[in-house]
Amino acid sequence: MTDVLIVGAGQAGMQIAVSLRDGGFDGRIELVGEEPHGPYQRPPLSKAFLHGAADIESLELRAPAFYVDNKIVVVPDEKVLKVDLSGDRGLATTDTGREIHFDKMALATGSTPRRLPIEGAELDGVLYLRGIADALELKKRWDAAASVVVIGGGFIGLEVAAGARMDGKQVTVLEAMDRLIARAVSPETSEFYRAAHERRGTSVRLGATITRLVGEGGKVTGVELEGGEIIPADIVMVGIGVIARGELADQLGLETVNGAIVVNEFAETSDPRVVAAGDAVLLPHPLGGDAQVRLESVQNAVDQAKTAAKTLAGVREPYRAVPWFWSDQGDLKLQIAGLSTGYDQTVVRGTPDDESFSVLYYRDGRLIACDSVNAVGDYMAVRKALGSGSTIPADQAANLETPLKTLVVE
Amino acid sequence: MPKVTYIQPDGAEITLDARDGDSVMETAVKNGVRGIVAECGGACACATCHVFVDEAFADKVGEPGDLEDDMLDGAATDREPTSRLSCQVKMSADLDGLVVRIAPEQV
Repeated sequence: MTDVLIVGAGQAGMQIAVSLRDGGFDGRIELVGEEPHGPYQRPPLSKAFLHGAADIESLELRAPAFYVDNKIVVVPDEKVLKVDLSGDRGLATTDTGREIHFDKMALATGSTPRRLPIEGAELDGVLYLRGIADALELKKRWDAAASVVVIGGGFIGLEVAAGARMDGKQVTVLEAMDRLIARAVSPETSEFYRAAHERRGTSVRLGATITRLVGEGGKVTGVELEGGEIIPADIVMVGIGVIARGELADQLGLETVNGAIVVNEFAETSDPRVVAAGDAVLLPHPLGGDAQVRLESVQNAVDQAKTAAKTLAGVREPYRAVPWFWSDQGDLKLQIAGLSTGYDQTVVRGTPDDESFSVLYYRDGRLIACDSVNAVGDYMAVRKALGSGSTIPADQAANLETPLKTLVVE
Repeated sequence: MPKVTYIQPDGAEITLDARDGDSVMETAVKNGVRGIVAECGGACACATCHVFVDEAFADKVGEPGDLEDDMLDGAATDREPTSRLSCQVKMSADLDGLVVRIAPEQV
């Protein structure tokens, strides 16, 4: 019988365990996570949870009884410190001194927010958002805060900014680059979000250089920009990207790039006994061309975990799922399908100022991705087209008279 | 607690007690009912929790909203007259005894 140790009890780790059982795997499955909670959903933390619309129990990915019924041993609040693969079986040692023997291992270690490397970053009220503990810190200060400064104009920062603005706070978003969400979307989508957040009363400052955070009595009171201007802040929410948690992979001498664990299309690392899935992973994807990509999304965590579980059970099935993603920013629903990596053409369908439009991305004349804002029909059509290897001709995609789904061709 | 019954495409049935206010999707997923994928966790963003509501409950459950309606148009299994995304149907005493059939393809 094979024993599997899964390190990391997030979305990917949980899915590996569930998919192993779904596939009939009957060995021992142990899922060890650092956080004091069983597997839970992270996406609501920057949205419904912040506004009291979701409690901790509602975040659970599965009811506790599910794990018992499926013989999945979930161990929260314990950290795997060391792994030894030199013997016949693997041996992991945790921070409680416990030793876990296993035959195969899955790394689903996720990522951690990049810290702000400037003066004042240690002040109280300077917050990050990744887990329940972070969200509770934010929530604790939320009602009393009149002004919120968000550092980093990416998805998480903009989601929190939208929520803060809806709750009537003074909100400023500071972005170092010349546009928002620059890593993930086209300039057209970036510009839409800048204008849309401004229309709702949020101040968006692009090209912002922060010199330090200022405070009083150990508590943050503002953010100082180059030139000396200070923007008042009761809360500073930092969302400047995440770093892959590749410590154990590095310790094992597995191939990593900047901490991200390199895997092949079967979610295998450079050691055949170890698979990896989720945010911590650098993977090849058919839609990404030659580039290896990191996909920080629920979809990737789930689908890559399914591939990893198959590999653990000896079934070879490459990861081909079409990536998709969503970001709810107040009343703006962004849905992304595909991978825009290496695009050479965009087509805008609809009018961004109407707050319902899509940007379709093409490479060498073929559809590879779309961003849809409050345009669910477009998003679903593109997701389906990409899933079946089809395309939508670029010269027709902008025609609003015709639903996108009727334009899909081989 | 209101009860909800799920019927798999192969005819297998399971009846669960739902927490009042939990969605039909949440009740299924937390208890490991297969076939309700619900990747987005209930944000009405993925259309992978597609169910057909039993005719007897169709009126009580009601019609999908605009957004959900557009999502259903692109669902992996073609929609039927009583199709809903189960993340958008909240359980309550009113819906006690609800029966839904799970759409065969979700992704």
